[in-house]
Amino acid sequence: MLKILKYSFFDLMRSRWSYVYFAFYLLLGLVLLFLNNDLSKAVITLMNVIIVLVPLIGTIFGVMYYYNSKEFTELLLAQPLKRSSIFLGQYLGVALSLSISLVLGLGIPFVFYGLFESSAIWDFSLLLITGTFLTLIFTALAFNIALSNENRIKGFGYAILLWLFLAIIYDGLFLMTLIMFEDYPLDKLSLVGTMLNPIDLSRTLILLKLDISALLGYTGAIFKQFFGTSFGLIVSFVMLTVWVVLPVLRIVFKSRKKDF
Amino acid sequence: MVNIENLHKKFGKNQVLSGLDLTINEGGIFAVLGPNGSGKTTLIKSILGMVIPNKGVINVLGENIKKNSNYRHKIDYLPQIANFPSNLKVKELIKMIKDLRKNTNEDQRLIELFKLEPFLDKKLGNLSGGTKQKVNIVLTFMFDSPLIILDEPTTGLDPISLIRLKDLIQAEKAKGKTILITSHIMSFVEEVSDEIVFLLEGKIYFRGSISELKTKTNQPDFEHAIASILTDNHA
Repeated sequence: MLKILKYSFFDLMRSRWSYVYFAFYLLLGLVLLFLNNDLSKAVITLMNVIIVLVPLIGTIFGVMYYYNSKEFTELLLAQPLKRSSIFLGQYLGVALSLSISLVLGLGIPFVFYGLFESSAIWDFSLLLITGTFLTLIFTALAFNIALSNENRIKGFGYAILLWLFLAIIYDGLFLMTLIMFEDYPLDKLSLVGTMLNPIDLSRTLILLKLDISALLGYTGAIFKQFFGTSFGLIVSFVMLTVWVVLPVLRIVFKSRKKDF
Repeated sequence: MVNIENLHKKFGKNQVLSGLDLTINEGGIFAVLGPNGSGKTTLIKSILGMVIPNKGVINVLGENIKKNSNYRHKIDYLPQIANFPSNLKVKELIKMIKDLRKNTNEDQRLIELFKLEPFLDKKLGNLSGGTKQKVNIVLTFMFDSPLIILDEPTTGLDPISLIRLKDLIQAEKAKGKTILITSHIMSFVEEVSDEIVFLLEGKIYFRGSISELKTKTNQPDFEHAIASILTDNHA
């Protein structure tokens, strides 16, 4: 698996798109620091961009990579390699190269700005960690979709729909449920609802870390009570890990039964 | 060498292989023929473990291939479409496949044979179809495996490379290897193969030498013999 990972990773590291992605974050980081001068405000703006953009790029890159390397995958399948190591290697290659673009692209400007002397370093690290988690999750979901759909147009369609659902529609539905059942106690439900969507979970995690939960009213207080504690933090990270592990397991399972 | 029993494969509603039995003995060149959609590629891919059969047992060199990937050390496979990662250079691809399988020095000789030296530093995405096929051939023949499977090996080759490929196949045969070929170029098949296996509707319709086929169908030449099978069965 490590060999496949190595080759996929280097293959991607040499592609133009990795540089575009890296350059985008580099530019974003520089511009935000230059215009903002306030590190924790820059972190909030970054969060808003990352929460939406990272899943989108992870999904599209994952689907694109899978379909583009289809013939190459067939070449690998004829070699004495296990199927699980081929697909996990490719998945990790994509996910790691995206994560590195993200971490380096945002990290470099912030390091130059003087991150290490700033108190925002933990908020910033949390941002990068959740960004990496989101990359791992959405690339895995993208691989799942691509593995289940021979037709690339359909695969792309489903991938975009998945992103749209988790990034936007889910929130809408969630909010509607909260309004419809506002007469009932909803704190448990909203906690569970947040846990079930990795994008919401990451957003809540970062927002509460930034200590602006006062703006969120009563629900914010409950969330703060939960996510603010180390127990809540651990549960959240466990949830994010589950979100990575389940799709990865399905990649292994699905690839074992697939015809090429 | 290869032993297939009662192989069934269905893609959706499309029954491609229905109860195919085939034994391929060691040594010699076998051509798998059949009209489009008769299951040639499915058969080859089943032997390679790329297609998972619905039913049936496949043994390669005495090993059951189910849930096994090690037996592929003993197979060299030339896929039909040679599409490689376009960011890689030819040199790097060869190095990579060697890294994944085992080291060999045979590639030097093959690169020289197919005059690929000028392309070694070029990216695979910039190569012509024929050159890609030559790279594909180098990758296939550089390992010294007892079973060689070639899926449409002549695609895109110029006449001189075709002659070199034929020589290469004969040289491998002389070493006592088993070679499995599919092709639609009948003259190529007639020239190289010792025995043919004709697939029709997921079963073996005919197996034997080319002269046996000619007598069976009462046709003077190979191409017409094949055509007569097809017209008799599809008229």
